[in-house]
Amino acid sequence: MLADILFVLFAAGILAGAGLVIAARNPMVSVLGMMLTFVNAAGLFILLQAEFLGLLLIMVYVGAIAVMFLFVLMTIDIDFDTLKEGFAPYLPFGLVAAGGLLALLVMAGLSGGMPSPATNPDAPDNIIALGRVLFTDYALPFQLAGLVLLTAMVGAIVLTHRGGGRSVRRQDIGAQIMREKADAVTITKPKIGAGVTPEHWSPKPVEKTTKSRG
Amino acid sequence: MFYTVTLSHLLVLTSLLLVVGLVGIVLNRRNIIAILMCVEIMLLATTLNLVGISHFRGDVLGQVFSFFILTVAAAELAIGLAIVTLFFRNRGTVAIDAADMMKG
Repeated sequence: MLADILFVLFAAGILAGAGLVIAARNPMVSVLGMMLTFVNAAGLFILLQAEFLGLLLIMVYVGAIAVMFLFVLMTIDIDFDTLKEGFAPYLPFGLVAAGGLLALLVMAGLSGGMPSPATNPDAPDNIIALGRVLFTDYALPFQLAGLVLLTAMVGAIVLTHRGGGRSVRRQDIGAQIMREKADAVTITKPKIGAGVTPEHWSPKPVEKTTKSRG
Repeated sequence: MFYTVTLSHLLVLTSLLLVVGLVGIVLNRRNIIAILMCVEIMLLATTLNLVGISHFRGDVLGQVFSFFILTVAAAELAIGLAIVTLFFRNRGTVAIDAADMMKG
């Protein structure tokens, strides 16, 4: 009974969040709606006895992905009004297509349902069960998933890293070795009491022995 | 109304969520970020589907697959947002209509 109430509550939260995502005018509200969807979906996962995946959803989706969305939204300057136009010609067709798809899926979902799950009292914990399968049978896809994440990280950095425009100086060893005496030392003969005046000597610029990395 | 939650209820919920995401893509055709969010909602719908079916079957394989879906969704979103950042840097707007350099 409690499970039913919780299921209805979580389902309502999920659909409310999804509705906020698609209907909000301000993208910040959309991201908050997405967070609401994911938190309720995490609750639904925990209700379905997939606790590890539920908490992982909160950590990864809400904690990282939605925050990434928020960061991108904060750094770019969006004009809200022009982004909501232009959907009217496609809306009827979209609604009809979506309604048809929904009808097909609901018909498929309502037909031939599975019985309620037999609760196994001596089943291992969810994370133990996941670990048993993930590190033995699916060890290779696990490593490949790590490679996918590495690729995504490197790709994101390579795409958005702005290297040029800042001059980071570093040593140019060849230029340092090939430095001549004339570049470095000037023999001046200052008068006694006069000091070194600008017509005798001025500091040598350092650009000759360093190079800026673009 | 009902006395116990069966798989059918869950499948109806996930199909509704999938269709809501699809309608969101249709509605927000110009806003790249809203489209990315709707794609995430559709991925969540399939993940929910997999986990629900794995629960009702009693094994854990659906959760394993959902684990990988989560990974790939995070990676895809990182690259997608990097592309959106670059797009905005070059165009000054996130409207997809601004990507018309190859238009005839």
